[in-house]
Amino acid sequence: MSILEIRQLTKNFGGIAAVVDVDMVVEKGDLVGLIGPNGAGKTTLFNLITGVYAPTSGEIVFTPYNKAILLSGKKPWWITRQGFARTFQNIRLFKELSVLDNVRIAMHKDIKYGVFSSILRLPAYYKEEDRVFTKALELLDIVGLKEKQAELAKNLPYGQQRRLEIARALATDPTVLFLDEPAAGMNPQETADLTRLIGELRQRFGLTIILIEHDMSLVMNLCERIYVLDYGRLIAKGSPDEIKNNQKVIEAYLGEEV
Amino acid sequence: MTQFLQQIVNGLSIGSIYALIALGYTMVYGIIKLINFAHGDIYMVGAFVGFICISTFKMSVLSAILCAMVFCALLGVAVERLAYKPLRNPTKAGLFATALVMGFILIYLVAKATLELDNLWAGVIALVLSLALGFFVYFTITPKGNPNRIAALITAIGVSFFLEYAMMAIMGPNNRSYPATLGGTATLAGVQITFAQILIFIITLALMLILTFIVQKTKIGRAMRAVSTDADAAALMGVNVDRTISITFAIGSSLAGAAGVLVGIYYNTLNPLMGMTYGLKAFIAAVFGGIGIIPGAMLGGFAIGITETMVAGYWSSLFKDAIVYIILIVILILKPSGLLGKNVREKV
Repeated sequence: MSILEIRQLTKNFGGIAAVVDVDMVVEKGDLVGLIGPNGAGKTTLFNLITGVYAPTSGEIVFTPYNKAILLSGKKPWWITRQGFARTFQNIRLFKELSVLDNVRIAMHKDIKYGVFSSILRLPAYYKEEDRVFTKALELLDIVGLKEKQAELAKNLPYGQQRRLEIARALATDPTVLFLDEPAAGMNPQETADLTRLIGELRQRFGLTIILIEHDMSLVMNLCERIYVLDYGRLIAKGSPDEIKNNQKVIEAYLGEEV
Repeated sequence: MTQFLQQIVNGLSIGSIYALIALGYTMVYGIIKLINFAHGDIYMVGAFVGFICISTFKMSVLSAILCAMVFCALLGVAVERLAYKPLRNPTKAGLFATALVMGFILIYLVAKATLELDNLWAGVIALVLSLALGFFVYFTITPKGNPNRIAALITAIGVSFFLEYAMMAIMGPNNRSYPATLGGTATLAGVQITFAQILIFIITLALMLILTFIVQKTKIGRAMRAVSTDADAAALMGVNVDRTISITFAIGSSLAGAAGVLVGIYYNTLNPLMGMTYGLKAFIAAVFGGIGIIPGAMLGGFAIGITETMVAGYWSSLFKDAIVYIILIVILILKPSGLLGKNVREKV
């Protein structure tokens, strides 16, 4: 059963068509790669799906269980609460906050105490905060940042900031995880570790993952299905082997070996 | 020495009031980078609500403070929803609501004042005309929004005048005096402390502690800090940004409401334009401590209050405002980001 279906999605910025008539079907549990040259519209597509931009036309339908939910035109926070989470190409952590708080913010939607029980410090407040603290630590442990919990996010080295973004995204309790260039700026060792981590997360949380990546070692090792965008249009889709040998894709990358 | 301690006590009490107002400026600036010039007038409204509670409804001081806080919180949220939100992300429904509410209040006041109608007829006329205005706006204007911060700033000044003159139309332009509620003075080592001053200390400290707790330890506080660093990323983590902004306005405005009642008790006098001077001083206090930084507003408020009373006590009360503004200029030259602010260097 398809969990995410994108139909005829188009986005124009003034006269520029950033995404044109994109159709995409993602099955539950898929690990999908989205590749394409710089400026192809990959991040714009992510922004459309997660509600940062409203599409010019087209539909995005999300079916986490049996009921289909129309996502196009909804607000980002609402979409996130339906079970979408993402990381960013240019890291957007809450820099001045601690590593732990970064994760806890993402649990905003399922913290269940009210203003009064927090001001009066009723047991409900402590119970919820304890639960949130434990869950946040668990997530930090998974990405290997448990020791850094008190550190300010901006003081982490680059690779760890990327992993913190993943922990933060997981804290929203997603069914679909969007990773925007998770390996950007990482050295080969870090990329290999990350590849392993993404595979583990998928198993452990039963996630559907869609990722944008330029690092072909990661994409080809990890993704079962790959979509290729060029100038806002979908030019190819298929398994890694099909994509490697696709003439259009090779042309799009200017003859670069894929 | 006694005089010095006396001035410290006086300075701390007026400083508490500045600090309470400054917190609202700083919180709103922190979250949407807007200098909310209407904030001083929300404080003025708080003073009037407290006045009505105490003189008309014979309430105790504490319940009057509570009433003023609740009323100002609602007023702050209304101002945010009707005046600032339509600039951030405009919708036709939002525009309709703004035209309806603002139109109703204005037409009602004008109809009462110029046509000398009674309340019911003025209300009916205002309702009909503002509905017509609302629908006219709804069907003719496509809102585009204005991302320019200057637009929001000028709107804030407009809201400020609106509140001042609406209050003048309702309560009249004259000075009023609070009923004497808290007489009595304690003398400690030659220093006189009035009960009103003690009340001001206690309430201010309690409110500051609650605020610090909310901001540091609760989920709404975390959401506020997240939105102030990166609103888009916060939205993508499931935080309802508009709601967080509204709550920030509610908290900031309720502090101003408490300050309004406290200053009424302390100085015994209030009028519809009182928000201007206090608002400006509190704004300076916020800039002094570093705008956007909550402990900075507290520090700034106390610093400005003590400076004022020291200048008034040892020199002349004519100079106290001048000195405060000179301090502002010096701070802006030497440390533009405020005492507790960090100079951020852009990495290239």
